[in-house]
Amino acid sequence: MSAPEKDIISPAGYRPAPDLFRILCQTASLLTVLMLGWIIYEILESAWPSIQKFGFDFMTTSAWVPNRERFGVLPFIIGTVASSLLAILLAFPLGVAIAIFLSENFLSASIRQTMRFVVEMLAAIPSVVYGLWGIFVIIPIVKAFGDWAVGSMGDFPLFSGPAYGNSLLTASVVLAIMILPTITAISRNALASVPKTLREGAYALGSTRWEAIFSVILPTAAPGIVAATILGLGRAMGETMAVAMLIGNSSRLSWSILSPSGTLAGLLANQFGEAQGLQVNSLMYAALILIGITLIVNLLGEAVLRHTQKQTAGIR
Amino acid sequence: MDSIASHSLDFFDGDRSVSSKTVARSVTNRILSGICITLSLLTLVPLASIIILLLQKGLPLLGTAIFTELPPAAGMSGGGFGNAILGTLVMIAIGLAISAPAGILSAIFINEYAPTSRLAQAVRLVAKLLTGIPSIICGVFAFAAVVMTTGTFSAYAGGLALAVLMLPTILLTAEQALMGVQSAYREAALGLGATRFQTIARVVLPDAFPAIMTGVMLAVARAAGETAPLIFTALFSQFWAKSLNEPTASLSVLIYNFSTVPFPHQIGMAWTASLVLVAFVTIANIAAQTIFSRKN
Repeated sequence: MSAPEKDIISPAGYRPAPDLFRILCQTASLLTVLMLGWIIYEILESAWPSIQKFGFDFMTTSAWVPNRERFGVLPFIIGTVASSLLAILLAFPLGVAIAIFLSENFLSASIRQTMRFVVEMLAAIPSVVYGLWGIFVIIPIVKAFGDWAVGSMGDFPLFSGPAYGNSLLTASVVLAIMILPTITAISRNALASVPKTLREGAYALGSTRWEAIFSVILPTAAPGIVAATILGLGRAMGETMAVAMLIGNSSRLSWSILSPSGTLAGLLANQFGEAQGLQVNSLMYAALILIGITLIVNLLGEAVLRHTQKQTAGIR
Repeated sequence: MDSIASHSLDFFDGDRSVSSKTVARSVTNRILSGICITLSLLTLVPLASIIILLLQKGLPLLGTAIFTELPPAAGMSGGGFGNAILGTLVMIAIGLAISAPAGILSAIFINEYAPTSRLAQAVRLVAKLLTGIPSIICGVFAFAAVVMTTGTFSAYAGGLALAVLMLPTILLTAEQALMGVQSAYREAALGLGATRFQTIARVVLPDAFPAIMTGVMLAVARAAGETAPLIFTALFSQFWAKSLNEPTASLSVLIYNFSTVPFPHQIGMAWTASLVLVAFVTIANIAAQTIFSRKN
């Protein structure tokens, strides 16, 4: 599409002036690409002393004692994964239900429009406001539930006491609400792209609405819903403020979802402001691990999503 | 496909007592619809709860002083968070000054000049990867790049962190916006003898402008609410900022700091700040959607 190099109309030797704007745009593109490299470089460079000192043990030990210069992030890796998985467990049924609700015609279009708006509003509320809300609303509820759970199911390790307000469960409940829009939006797209003919075929064979949903629509949209869940997981793992305000930020490992825990993102948020020396390097190392985990999860989600789009391209 | 067919045909097999079976299926259908609707309406509960609490706890302190005065010291009453509002706006402006040109010019390159080039593919990949990066990582990067180099927390560092956060949103929506411009327009302009630059500047950009602005507004809305990139780059300040190279207050960090103190007045102020912040983010989001829908 580039302009012809030699113009037959004008005299020989004519050369179009270099397109300065093109060069400007090209430079901007180059800078954008270099940006990611710069980010990785800066963090890697700052993490280097810690990487050299602790190596792989950093990820498998569970001591975080800044004044003795002992650092290990195992509890925070486990906390990151556990809180996100629990959040997904809570958000998945809700998210899929809303996605079905939005793509079916149970209620009038205006009500569905309102619901869509509600879910979008949930995505617009800042993380720190969720944290504040969680402190005042979710902590008392989870504490009450925890006391009850310890009393009736305390022998079960997941519910062993004592129950705290700032706990893994509290953080997961709020995380679940925060990732609901992600799961809903992507699942809804997957459901909406199921060809009409498949649904009509199911109806023609005499199935009821839910028989059609379970036997035709959900199976067809399943890869998209899986992608939605994985991307939701990625969001949950990187979520910082609400988690830092609610999870209790403890580095103690515990089986109980009712006791305080900690996440990588929460660790960074809490300690960076006052960190010094090797602690800064170790926090950078922790940030690197967080980048690694979220990158893997997100790439996986994207891959599934792209695979889905390829798969359904034929029948759409 | 055949699994679907056999599944559905099951209903016609076997016994002929269709009526009772039909009733059971119809009842199951209704129950499932009921469950689905109930679960969906459950989403209203957290949103309603958040909005009610924001109004209930945030409105009492809302007044002009909030926008003009400085935050009260621990245990003191009165005051406002004028410096935090200003700080948030200044850092968003710094973020935009970096990310808007970079994002829009990159989008022009990857859509107008060389859509299939390796550089374009790299840009798309990087933008995708940046969207998935947790926002706190933007803060970690700005800490390493600016705070550790200059030795001070600053609005520059906060602005850079926000720029990284906004870049992928602006770039990807701008690319979509440019893709939405009909190629007939470009061909007509080029056919009339316009240069590439004239085509882009006079035909493509004006047509794509509203959609590009939508992306910019969405990025602003997102950046305004973010705390994680600012918490250890801009830090916080009790005072009006005298320069861009010193710790700077922001609304979101103020909410975080005040939410954990034992003073009711400060906590009330955190709620008021949340109300102001949510109002700002909502207005920015609605603005983004209005610009977009006016175009279509």
